[in-house]
Amino acid sequence: MAEPLLRVDNLVRRFGGIIATDHVCLDVSKGEIHAIIGPNGAGKTTLISQLTGHLAPHAGRIFLGGRDISSFPAYKRSALGLARSFQITSLLTDFTAADNAALAAQAHDGRHSFRFFANARKEKPLRDAARAALERVGLGHRADVLVSKLSHGEQRELELAVALATKPQLLLLDEPMAGLGVTESQRMVKLLAELRNEVSIVLVEHDMEAVFALADRISVLVYGRIIASGKPDEIRQNEEVKRAYLGDQHVVVGHG
Amino acid sequence: MKSQLNVSSVVAALVVAGLVLLPVYSNLTGNIFILTLFTRIVILALSAVSLNLIMGYGGMMSFGHAAYLGIGGYAVGILAQEGIGSGWAQFAVAIAVSALYALVIGALSLRTRGVYFIMITLAFAQMAYYVASGLARYGGDDGLTVYKRSDFGGPINLGNRVQFYYLCLFCLLAVVALVWRIVNSRFGLVLQGLRSNEQRMQAIGFPSKRYKLACFVIAGMLCGLSGALLANNTDFVSPAVMYWTRSGDLMVMVILGGMGTLMGPVVGSVVFLVLEEVLSQLTEYWALIMGPLLLLIVLFGRGGIMGMLGRLNRG
Amino acid sequence: MLLVVEQFLNGLQFGLLLFLLAAGLTLVFGIMDLVNLAHGSLYMMGAYFAATFVAWTGSFVLGGVMALGATLLLGIVLEFTALRHLYGRDHLDHVLATFGLILFFNEAVRLIWGPAGLALPLPSWLAFPVTILPGIQYPAYRLAIIVVALLVALLLYLGVMRTRIGMLIRAGASNREMIGALGINIKLLYTLVFGLGAALAGLAGLMQAPILTVQIGMGENILILAFVVIVIGGIGSIRGAFIAAIMIGLIDTMGRAFLPNLLRQVLNSASASTAAPALSSMLIYLLMAIVLVARPEGLFPANRR
Repeated sequence: MAEPLLRVDNLVRRFGGIIATDHVCLDVSKGEIHAIIGPNGAGKTTLISQLTGHLAPHAGRIFLGGRDISSFPAYKRSALGLARSFQITSLLTDFTAADNAALAAQAHDGRHSFRFFANARKEKPLRDAARAALERVGLGHRADVLVSKLSHGEQRELELAVALATKPQLLLLDEPMAGLGVTESQRMVKLLAELRNEVSIVLVEHDMEAVFALADRISVLVYGRIIASGKPDEIRQNEEVKRAYLGDQHVVVGHG
Repeated sequence: MKSQLNVSSVVAALVVAGLVLLPVYSNLTGNIFILTLFTRIVILALSAVSLNLIMGYGGMMSFGHAAYLGIGGYAVGILAQEGIGSGWAQFAVAIAVSALYALVIGALSLRTRGVYFIMITLAFAQMAYYVASGLARYGGDDGLTVYKRSDFGGPINLGNRVQFYYLCLFCLLAVVALVWRIVNSRFGLVLQGLRSNEQRMQAIGFPSKRYKLACFVIAGMLCGLSGALLANNTDFVSPAVMYWTRSGDLMVMVILGGMGTLMGPVVGSVVFLVLEEVLSQLTEYWALIMGPLLLLIVLFGRGGIMGMLGRLNRG
Repeated sequence: MLLVVEQFLNGLQFGLLLFLLAAGLTLVFGIMDLVNLAHGSLYMMGAYFAATFVAWTGSFVLGGVMALGATLLLGIVLEFTALRHLYGRDHLDHVLATFGLILFFNEAVRLIWGPAGLALPLPSWLAFPVTILPGIQYPAYRLAIIVVALLVALLLYLGVMRTRIGMLIRAGASNREMIGALGINIKLLYTLVFGLGAALAGLAGLMQAPILTVQIGMGENILILAFVVIVIGGIGSIRGAFIAAIMIGLIDTMGRAFLPNLLRQVLNSASASTAAPALSSMLIYLLMAIVLVARPEGLFPANRR
């Protein structure tokens, strides 16, 4: 088998006495949507933060396209094509939607940002890239609105647009559906399904309907450990998963 | 930016117009004192503008900005005493040493955040203060008299009051224009993004620290320039210009005028220093009024003068 | 040897005074998240109150107690009228507003007591030297300061570590949301803590008054040192403040005492006598910079958020 796009090898992270990430191994192939599910407090966001470089693991390695990125800071991982969306919306609230996306494009257009004089808002390539990313998520008409004036659903979409504007190979989405209404969720699922051909996705999500609709493979994280990993059908059938997670929630499919 | 004729822009324009016309008024009325006062105001406004670059746009609360006033001043004073009178050399040294100091201080200080950043910048400025106090050859505690103002040759004569005023004003307006360009540039957007959400900026691929450091150095150089001008204005430089209360004054000017606004620090400096002057003429105990006034401004006037004017416009 | 012991005690005494000042500052900072630059003004007011009341009553102890009460009261009034409106605001707002308070206090003092400064004579019953080691004498008053400050430090330690209210204070210093969750009257607790801090600052001021001149601006210099102490110690940590205060006290005093001679070995005597005090003042800031570079949250960080 070819080297997977993302390979996580025995990752460990502790907080005091608690092991939040317990020897996690994970493969994500190119073009795949790989969902990570698990009950609250299973360590999903902790895992994502280690993948993006916002949190240092205590042991283990992370490879992106075969390259060991374990010690790289967040910005370097971004440069290599790793993008994330935040669980709690984390945007530049005093900027417009277009500015948010344009900054993401600016970080990745191959030219450094130690340019002090030219008006960056007049750089057409950046604005075009930003607009394209916004259009992609259906926010084209809201480009010049301040982030603080956007609705929650729009902010979730903008999170995705900002990630897309970095032209990523791999998207790490931390609960993109969080707090969305039914129609908004459906829009997001449709959007992610469309993206499947362009970019690989690691999807952390509580919305089981979305997960089973989208994922090529699913890994189940419980108390920091991956207890099962496989195709959606395999996960549905897995006794341990049922016991540890799905069983006590009574929701597998049909969750609103 | 859409064109907007709002109250704060009008006030900013009036302040600039007033500053430009001030020597005319001074000449007509024979009031030389006001020209001297405003020369000082313009110079300190320049340092407030530079502080606003790190504080207002970069979100870095430096409590040691007056150190650069001293560095710039001592560059002029020491070189003058050692027989190097050329303004070009003096100002170049003032700016270069400020840059170097900012680079070292910034690299160390930016490891900390929040209040610790405020305190470590303060600590370094106090160190600079004590270094200057220990320079026996250059007056130590008592300071150093600059017997001859910087010599730029040609028609430029800093000894001429009006000419010197306009030179300072030119520097101020040039620096404001520079900051305006920076704020809207790639660099400026990154900087403001970092102020807003540093983690997000790292996640989309910006190495945050080097941008902050660059900003810190630019602001230091600009304030070093202001220090060199100040030494020429007072014909004197002493450790007192670096004392922490002076850094506090600068912060007050920036916040009073409106942090993160282009003209806020200029307006703030004019208001603060004029108020200080007027109150001290009204009563010997001017600070008795000034102190509570500051408190009230903080409690009720969020966003400083420019912020209040902005609300006036909207409301 | 004689000089070393004497300077060591001087350093200890200064460090303990710094601790009294820093303890209040670090608690107010840790619990209310308030940067109070005007803390030094309370120290100054303590000294002025003491000079006035002692002259008035003719008794150092009685005057001192009155001064302590007056500073406590002043602290509470200050918290009530001004500072409580600053809780939850930006640190920068704190800096600006309390900077304004410094201006106010300095000017008020000048208005009331005049610009010249006051002298508070040593209480006669403490104005004698004590033989602490064979052949080494030390002023009784300074010893008394050390004893009183140590006692207060001990009381503070016991109060913070052993009592219920102390537990709340500690809880507040490490996790502010927690005291809210416990259903405590936070406003009252805040006022109390601030008053306590003010009284400690006043105590430091009044004890220092007979050694120094009581003058305008005496609060600013020592305030910065107190800030250095709490930043080195870790904001909100009483233990950190104690250790850092003693460190700073010793370094500052010993530096002033011994650096001139050391420098004279390498410099000519005129340069040395100018450079030495500057260098020894610098040592403290150097220490702080080193500590912060190595441990960006101080030696004993209390806020684990």
